[in-house]
Amino acid sequence: MAEKKRLLIVIRHSPYGSSLAKAAVDVALATAAFDQRVELLFTGEGVLQLMPDQDSQRLGVKNIGRQLASLPLYDIDRVYVDAEAAERYRVNLDAAAVAVERLSPHDMHRLMVAHDHLLGL
Amino acid sequence: MIYSLLVVSSPVSGLSSRSAAEFARCAIARGHRIHRVFFLDAGTTAGSNFSVFPQDEADPVRAWEQLHDQHGVELVLCVASALKYGMLDQTEAARYERAAASISPAFTVSGLGQLVDACATSDRLMTFGG
Repeated sequence: MAEKKRLLIVIRHSPYGSSLAKAAVDVALATAAFDQRVELLFTGEGVLQLMPDQDSQRLGVKNIGRQLASLPLYDIDRVYVDAEAAERYRVNLDAAAVAVERLSPHDMHRLMVAHDHLLGL
Repeated sequence: MIYSLLVVSSPVSGLSSRSAAEFARCAIARGHRIHRVFFLDAGTTAGSNFSVFPQDEADPVRAWEQLHDQHGVELVLCVASALKYGMLDQTEAARYERAAASISPAFTVSGLGQLVDACATSDRLMTFGG
């Protein structure tokens, strides 16, 4: 595989409203499994994926929160969140499924510019 | 420049899948290279060999087939998504005991590693749909 590029996955979908929510996590895990650099940014409705204590058992689908909790096991430790969106959706980031760094709109812009590839899901 | 495309929406919902095929066609015409098109989630339905479109509408599956046949563009359906959407090649149809393959021969079915490789290999990764 060619030189490592910095990939940023921008996550915009709510955890159980679109199958793209799980697809984004799958892409992140696959990228890390192939030893490539990947970071995540949760924005818009996507911040709902960080909600603590998700229980998807009766929905019959995989628990996104639990999958996010496994990110550090894959050495994905750069996880960012749109602080304004988290505030708007009242997501308690201190209890989030995975440790996240809060970003202002200005910081998000800088983050995007610093990456080779953006993948919006 | 080397491009790869990621298509995440169905060609029957909105225009993003059709736009992706048109982008690929134009990029090639300008002398760029399309390394790979990777179809994820509902995007995988672009490979359907069973979809029938009205005669007065452009056939989006045919647009992809032309890119493959005329320019050798690699068209890869994510296997996990493809199975859920019923997009099976002959191997998967046999494995899961389905009556027939449901995808066009222009497409192949493979894992997310193909997307990871496309990211690493390409100068630009363009996402369509979502």
